[in-house]
Amino acid sequence: MEVQQFYYDNKIVKKFLYATIVFGVVGMLVGLLIASMYMFPGLTEGISWLSYGRLRPLHTNAVIFAFVGNATFAGIYYSMQRLLKARMFSDFLSNVNFWGWQLIIVAAAISLPLGYTTSKEYAELEWPIDIAIAIVWVVFGINMIGTILKRRERHLYVAIWFYIATFITVAVLHIFNSLELPVNGMKSYSVYAGVQDALVQWWYGHNAVAFFLTTPFLGLMYYYLPKAANRPVYSYRLSIIHFWSLIFIYIWAGPHHLLYSALPDWAQNLGVVFSVMLIAPSWGGMINGLLTLRGAWDKVRTDPVLKFFVVAVTGYGMATFEGPMLSLKNVNAIAHFTDWIVAHVHVGALAWNGFLTFGMIYWLIPRMTKTSLYSVKLANFHFWIGTLGIILYALPMYVAGFTQASMWKQFNPDGTLKYGNFLETVKEIMPMYWMRAIGGTLFVIGLLVLVYNIIMTVRKGQTVEDELAEAPALERITGKRMKGEKFHPWLERKPIQLTILATSAILIGGIIQIVPTIMVKSNIPTISTVKPYTPLELEGRDLYIREGCVNCHSQMIRPFRSEVERYGEYSKSGEYVYDHPFLWGSKRTGPDLMRIGGKYSDNWHFNHMWDPQSTSAGSIMPSYKWLFDNKKMDRSEIEKKMKVMVKLGVPYTDEDIANAQEAMDKQAAKIEESLHVDPDFVKSYEASKKAAQANGEEFVPMKDREITALIAYLQRLGTDIKIKPAATADNSK
Amino acid sequence: MDTISGIEIYPIISLLIFFIFFVSLYTWVYTYKKDKINEMSNLPFSDNDNDNQ
Repeated sequence: MEVQQFYYDNKIVKKFLYATIVFGVVGMLVGLLIASMYMFPGLTEGISWLSYGRLRPLHTNAVIFAFVGNATFAGIYYSMQRLLKARMFSDFLSNVNFWGWQLIIVAAAISLPLGYTTSKEYAELEWPIDIAIAIVWVVFGINMIGTILKRRERHLYVAIWFYIATFITVAVLHIFNSLELPVNGMKSYSVYAGVQDALVQWWYGHNAVAFFLTTPFLGLMYYYLPKAANRPVYSYRLSIIHFWSLIFIYIWAGPHHLLYSALPDWAQNLGVVFSVMLIAPSWGGMINGLLTLRGAWDKVRTDPVLKFFVVAVTGYGMATFEGPMLSLKNVNAIAHFTDWIVAHVHVGALAWNGFLTFGMIYWLIPRMTKTSLYSVKLANFHFWIGTLGIILYALPMYVAGFTQASMWKQFNPDGTLKYGNFLETVKEIMPMYWMRAIGGTLFVIGLLVLVYNIIMTVRKGQTVEDELAEAPALERITGKRMKGEKFHPWLERKPIQLTILATSAILIGGIIQIVPTIMVKSNIPTISTVKPYTPLELEGRDLYIREGCVNCHSQMIRPFRSEVERYGEYSKSGEYVYDHPFLWGSKRTGPDLMRIGGKYSDNWHFNHMWDPQSTSAGSIMPSYKWLFDNKKMDRSEIEKKMKVMVKLGVPYTDEDIANAQEAMDKQAAKIEESLHVDPDFVKSYEASKKAAQANGEEFVPMKDREITALIAYLQRLGTDIKIKPAATADNSK
Repeated sequence: MDTISGIEIYPIISLLIFFIFFVSLYTWVYTYKKDKINEMSNLPFSDNDNDNQ
């Protein structure tokens, strides 16, 4: 029963907190930058690594993994040590976790703007970085589980179960969604195609929300809210119920991102049903959080930390009611692809994740520097301006969502679309984009006020030192003493068994939804006229991926009269069988491109990519002038690319691969020839030839430039189902 | 799933999973000892770090 003395590692918490703050500023500033591009599409004209398509994934990755990720680590490292009465298992692993994570963030910040991307949302980082993420995550897991095993507090408080579930599930999600075959050091293709890729992606994507943005923060809520309010959690029983039901049910919700798409109906319906069920556990968490404050509401009036926590938990409740509502097919039919979804995301992200993090920072830093917060007034100001920012972000985006959706769906009495030109719907919501940018700015100002407040607090406080603590070591208990112990108390002191049970709980939903979709061929009926992309089109597709076109354009026509009228025949699952990765998209800032093939001339695409406003007045699309640069496109890896595709099941023949360069040249030459139809093109083309000669530069013909490959890809899209199948021996009977 | 007939088995299975899961969970939880509950709820406060800010 001897009492042991040991030190809590505070230095690692400090490191993670500083990283949280720095990357919060960076990630949100990138968000502000891309929000401004809606109003000023030419803002970063000509600079490829600052274009919207390349920066949007930087914003999402930065705020999710760099801001929320570091906040999670900070919060877990502080609370876990104290709940288990043990220092972290290994200081070395703690530092590998920290520095490894920051290196990954830097790798993301460099690779994403340069166009190295898988295009899969919140999993855009290419394969070497994916491997690094897996390694650092395993390091985190070993450190965490090691600490649990050497703990001096027998029972695992509820927060710890949430941390364990987070670790397990994120590992499973990351590994399965990131299965890809490399082409070279920074390029890979998803092993899944089309519908299957979509399902795995959104099993991952929704559960990234569930297990990276929700469960760790629920764990943090269960520690920091009672601590800040100085009252125990409202109902421990409720926390057990909502923990198990949350981790079991959440996994199944993925298909709600794919309603009315080409995903088989049975999968869509499972997603709907489980998403609606999810209200119960989510609100269990919200209720537990808010009611923990009963008797302490007067403290909320004066304490900014509690103010932040109250809005955070309330925002969590709002988002987890809205989410299930958005999962109902009739609501989803309106919201999908619009800014309503953006509003939903940001209520959850800014209120739940942002505000909980801010509250935690304001609580932790004064404590660790053994001083009081520099200015409570400034913290309160941050709270109010941040809350206003959230409202001014979300409300305009709701209005934009409804407005655009209803304009897309309106018909004239004669059966034609009322707003046949997509751009009319964009113009209508420009004022809302302005307001959203203002809302975001207010939120960022609040964060900058936090930065100042925290710097001043750290300045007047003491250096962060490790904290001395004492506790008796755990004794082995005899079986006799534990007689009559019920199941869950037993489980709570058995971390291994708890982990195994949690793992089983989260695996069930994924297996039931994903395995049949992959194994049962009849889920994706074959369309005989659908053939693989030609080599030139494949290169063009990789350009589409590099430039991030999928961030603004969808490739999924839903079976609605209004969509068929606007875009053509609705999408069939069999059309996507060779799409490694899928490019269905999740937002229509611009129109759907599923059947853009053959709709416009090669010249139209040429002019549109050079200067979108020249063909489309009022367009907010940025220009892609660097695709026209006088240099040869690197098509040297096409054979490698096609070989990887063959490994993934795309039926290129050896002949196709051997003739790839020749085939590309032929197809590109045809496109260059067709461009000459336009006399304006001919004039400027000849002029640029002469200019190159005069400068002594080698002139690269248009067929060898990147734009030609992209045009080839765009012109192929959606055309396969228009091909009449050739008469076969059977047909002639 | 070739025809619509017999489809009702799927929503019935889903309902059963949901129902059995929650009923079992409630049974576990409501047989939990009260003093154990109180002990667990107070775990964050057991480190005596004097924080009544």
